[in-house]
Amino acid sequence: MKHTLSVLVENRPGALARVVGMFRRRSFNIDSLAVGPTERRDVSRITLRVDCGEHALSQIEKQIHKLVDVLRVNELPADESVERELALINVTAPPSRRAELLALAEAFRARVADLGPEAIVFEIVGAPKEVDAFEELVRPHGIKELVRTGRVGLARAAAPVPDGRPQYVLR
Amino acid sequence: MTNGADAVLRSLEAEGVDVVFGIPGGAILPIYDALARGTSIRHVLARHEQGAGHMAEGYARASGRIGVAFATSGPGATNLVTPIADAWLDSTPLVCITGQVRSNLIGTDAFQECDITGITLPIVKHSWLVQSVEEIPAVLKAAFHVARTGRCGPVLVDIPRDIQEAPLEFAYPDVVNLPGWRPPKRVHARQVREAAHRLAEAERPVLYVGGGLLNAHATAELLELAETAGLPVVTTLMGKSAFPETHELHFGWPGMHGPKWSNWAMNTCDVLVAVGSRFDDRVTGKLSAFAPGATVIHLDVDSAEIDKLRYADVPVVGPLQPVLAELTRELGEVARAGSTEPWLAQLREWREQFPLRYGAGDEGEMLKPQPVLEALQELTAGGDVIFTTGVGQHQMWAMQYLLCDRPRTFITSGGLGTMGYGIPAAVGAKAARPEATVVCVDGDGCFQMTCQELVTSVLEDLPIVVVLVNNGSLGMVRQWQDMFFDERFSQIELTHHLPDYAALAEAYGARGFTVERGGELRAALEEALACGRTAVVDCRVDPREHCFPMIPAGAAALELVEYPHGQAVPA
Repeated sequence: MKHTLSVLVENRPGALARVVGMFRRRSFNIDSLAVGPTERRDVSRITLRVDCGEHALSQIEKQIHKLVDVLRVNELPADESVERELALINVTAPPSRRAELLALAEAFRARVADLGPEAIVFEIVGAPKEVDAFEELVRPHGIKELVRTGRVGLARAAAPVPDGRPQYVLR
Repeated sequence: MTNGADAVLRSLEAEGVDVVFGIPGGAILPIYDALARGTSIRHVLARHEQGAGHMAEGYARASGRIGVAFATSGPGATNLVTPIADAWLDSTPLVCITGQVRSNLIGTDAFQECDITGITLPIVKHSWLVQSVEEIPAVLKAAFHVARTGRCGPVLVDIPRDIQEAPLEFAYPDVVNLPGWRPPKRVHARQVREAAHRLAEAERPVLYVGGGLLNAHATAELLELAETAGLPVVTTLMGKSAFPETHELHFGWPGMHGPKWSNWAMNTCDVLVAVGSRFDDRVTGKLSAFAPGATVIHLDVDSAEIDKLRYADVPVVGPLQPVLAELTRELGEVARAGSTEPWLAQLREWREQFPLRYGAGDEGEMLKPQPVLEALQELTAGGDVIFTTGVGQHQMWAMQYLLCDRPRTFITSGGLGTMGYGIPAAVGAKAARPEATVVCVDGDGCFQMTCQELVTSVLEDLPIVVVLVNNGSLGMVRQWQDMFFDERFSQIELTHHLPDYAALAEAYGARGFTVERGGELRAALEEALACGRTAVVDCRVDPREHCFPMIPAGAAALELVEYPHGQAVPA
């Protein structure tokens, strides 16, 4: 089962290494990772995609929470959050295939980021599934190079901002 | 004008540090210069940084305070890695301060440069590479705060030499500014009430107490809880001395070499209360077969321990002092007096039925190791004695035969299993508790890993008595090779008489005794304990003796093997 975790960390040297190191040390895997600034200059957000069961997820959340640089950790449940990813895809595009590729891009609202005599660099932003779909559709044309940012996410506009402490429920 | 190095010492003084352990070197020279210029802090000069680190651990374990170690950059710092890892696994509060090469040299592979904050990243609660002299007081304030709050553990502060030398007018902050560090402070009342109800209904409850209880300074609360409801207590290796061991409610030590009655108590109970313990594999044996019928109540300050290995039916996260006090109060209202009496009677019966045993050996045969521990126990019973150990068979015999009634009197390396821990830890314990007699029960393998610290013990006037259970081999490895590798002994022979341990002790300025026959044992121990000097009692014992009972690795705890073992024990 895949989960998206959002981790707010103090913007200090080594904060990312501590979070990533916890995964390595305890044998958890990271599918994707995106790091960037937030509304506060002294805080960064790490968005992690992990593939694990509920037990491991709970361990991951609690172990991350213990890190001194970590201010907040919470899962972004798929139905209560917005997730986006950006991809740049350099596709082989001889003049004879351009029209077809541009039509595909149009359908996916992908933009042309750069155009060369034999290739186009497309830029697509969307839900990760849309990026997947676009990637698969252009693949037969020949992908020369590709980069994806890894997903980033936020809780939906109407959701309360979580406090990020692990929850203990009475069983 | 004072400098960064002065600020380090003034910060330690402000934290109430009275002793630090360390060795100087290039990158930490300014701090040692500040030491020479005057401080209320005593510095104990170790002979190896690993020794300094274990001394700081022994100090912390004996005193309940934070241990502090100094080392220089590069090899000095890497020599601290083993004690830091040890403190990490045993949750020992430790502040390690290392010198680093000058800021402008970091990253250039300078002389004695190493990335110690990187190397120790997975084994510290937190670490700081100090970036400017102004940071020093706040970083040290934070370092001490993190080491002792929540689950205790090691932290590291790495200070470049130029920052130690930079001028600074010292002022110690009143508050710690760590917005991301919020260990639990309060007790969840509803969870405690639920725990009390489950316990009140229990017919066969057991308190399974670990080292967290000692770190939480909650021994008085534990005693009250156990006595209020007549709850039997087992203490793990790390929890040993958390509950008086001659108390009628103490039922030994669970795990790989725990007595049968202790393991049976744990594994046949109906309500298991884990108190600052973590279901370590050496305690549980095969996890899926551990305490199969038990409802688990898990009390711990570290939420990540809940459900990590064993599902907790009732988790209670919080500091153990108020957790136990609240639980006692709740339980006092619902518990039925005497309801555990049949269960206690059963445990007493098992204890009588399955005592610790060993072969006495024939006249003229070599001394057995167990009588060494029995004699030591007899000679020290009731006294103000702190034991430390190395790791291996002697450690397990020490656990089985030495009875500790006072908190913090059994200091050992549990989680990491660090051979060589015993001697330096004893020196550190003596620095913390000079009025106590400190005895290190060591093996001959362990002894040779850190015996250079005997000279520290002698010269710093921190006398310890080393009782060497010398079986001339790496005994625990020998036992495994004998039992699980068809007696193919591989690289375990050390020989009894090389080195000549008594002569080596004398060379270090200590007293040395050699015991080869049972008849010589008591007199040698008595003299060593009474001489007031550092002493080594080399007890040459039978290498064939195995440590029993034993739960073979991977086996269920109830499948423990007693003395003498059969030939066909599955590994």
